[in-house]
Amino acid sequence: MTAQFAQYLVTGLTVGAVYALVALGFSIIYNASQVINFAQGEFVMVGGMCSVWLVDQGVPLPAAVVLAVAAAALLGLALEKFAVEPARGAPVVTLVIITIGASILLRGLATLVWDKKIHALKPFSGEAPLQVGGAVVLPQSLWVLGVTLAVVLLLSWFFGRTLLGKALLATSHNRLAAQLVGISVRNVMLLSFSLSAALGAVAGILVAPITFTSWDVGVMLGLKGFAAAILGGLGSGAGAVLGGMVLGIAESMSAGYVSSAYKDAIAFVILLAVLVFAPDGLLGRRVAERV
Amino acid sequence: MSRTAPGFAQPAAHRIRGPAALALCIALLPLAFANNYYYEVAVLVGLNAITCVGLNLLVGYAGQISLGHAGFFGLGAYGSAILTARYGWPPLGALVAVTPGVAALAYLIGRPILRLKGHYLAMATLGMGVIISIVIATEDRWTGGPDGMSVPPLSVFGFTLQGERAWYWVVGGCLLLAVWLALNLIESPVGRALRALHGSEVGAEVAGIDSARAKLMVFVVSAVYASAAGSLAAHYSGFITPSKVTFFHSIELVTMVVFGGMASVFGAVAGAAVLTMLPQFLTLFKEYETVVFGAVMMGTMIFMPRGLVPSLATLFADRGPSKVPP
Repeated sequence: MTAQFAQYLVTGLTVGAVYALVALGFSIIYNASQVINFAQGEFVMVGGMCSVWLVDQGVPLPAAVVLAVAAAALLGLALEKFAVEPARGAPVVTLVIITIGASILLRGLATLVWDKKIHALKPFSGEAPLQVGGAVVLPQSLWVLGVTLAVVLLLSWFFGRTLLGKALLATSHNRLAAQLVGISVRNVMLLSFSLSAALGAVAGILVAPITFTSWDVGVMLGLKGFAAAILGGLGSGAGAVLGGMVLGIAESMSAGYVSSAYKDAIAFVILLAVLVFAPDGLLGRRVAERV
Repeated sequence: MSRTAPGFAQPAAHRIRGPAALALCIALLPLAFANNYYYEVAVLVGLNAITCVGLNLLVGYAGQISLGHAGFFGLGAYGSAILTARYGWPPLGALVAVTPGVAALAYLIGRPILRLKGHYLAMATLGMGVIISIVIATEDRWTGGPDGMSVPPLSVFGFTLQGERAWYWVVGGCLLLAVWLALNLIESPVGRALRALHGSEVGAEVAGIDSARAKLMVFVVSAVYASAAGSLAAHYSGFITPSKVTFFHSIELVTMVVFGGMASVFGAVAGAAVLTMLPQFLTLFKEYETVVFGAVMMGTMIFMPRGLVPSLATLFADRGPSKVPP
């Protein structure tokens, strides 16, 4: 019983870490530009597919990872520059459609550049499972959790200690005031889009050995990442991480104990419940630390 | 101010002239149809247009987003399908029973979520739509699951409606009715209340409008439009799969409304027409179809954010900048 519980917990934490990375991406873009980027999930797909393709071409894994993340960051940059910036000040629904159009475009491009098959990346360090407290843990799960932790620490250092990170925070608090003290808001926007695209790609690469990757994995991952961001409180960095973890665990527990057919629905049931009963999310009110 | 904006409060004559022009279009269009394929596409356009006219009341006039209307479309379609195919109900009876059922559900869902605004409302409706589509794809005992289920044809008092041509006239008539009802709703006190709260919700409440009630009402009306179109679509195609209930279909519907022009009933019809026909042309591009569709979606929103009909209307009307609210 406890072994089973521990197993579901490990699975939940692994998936939750991925949701957390996607949710962080949503929050960073939302804070900088008040845009919900519906193409966020596609960066996850691009990261996974691109790294698989590079490894197939004979590129060593570490280099493939770096190149895939860089490719996604460039795509994020292009998305901001050519699609979001020209539509500055448009109503919410217009921006939603633009980013959804971008996600359809990226998915279409992925089928052209790569293919419509399902791919798996080789696990980073072997497949021999470890036993932890009665649960079977794949080494790749440790990679997912470890890298996510490192990314979160790096981000909190970036936003708390560097001038650039503080500029990004300042812009999210007050765009005009940030501009007045000499922050280039345009560059901040570009930075936020490429940063969250890179985060998405990291998530996509980390799970590619566990859940596999294909041209259409971005839709569900993107939507669940968004659900996680809302659950934690839209715009809150700590909230995004917490929301992702809670969502991942809830999903894995309900798949294990309730019904696996409705695994995908759980995220959206939680989402609706949060929106109706506590729209600010778990950590939405605490404005003290916003990523 | 609204007098000058296209698609907004218009004298009664306009309310007759618009539908009359549409009726003429529907009557004359078959002259240009070379074969049954044209009728088939026209019926699809009509069914999407009915959904979009309803959705436009919510998105365009009341300014509330919905990314889940394919859910209501699907509930209508599967409701009719299950009642007629599994329980042997007469199709018209099923339609009459399902539509109020979906309206009641929309009321129950809408009550709590319409308090939300902007991205939060978008996300709540999205969640609702995704849940409906997962339920439909999972409960295969009722719905046939991902494989779909077949639906008996529409028959009224022993007369069975078959063939694209017959369906063309029925759907054309339904679209006219839908447009006429929408135009009347817009001119009613509720319609004026909706436009007021689109401009400023606080302002509308100060003026004595029960904004929660008005929003909820238009949400239910738009769900009824989608559900009725879904029921008709199920009987027309004779076979339904969950693909019409997906998040992507919800997006298609909203895109049609915004592409055609928000707060313009005929914009919704035009948007449905263009975007339903687009994939038919795009099949020429074969594997580039998705890429082109995404690019068209982005391009029109970036360069024509107000949509087709209002943009063209201001171009021709030469009345200076239009005052369609954002």
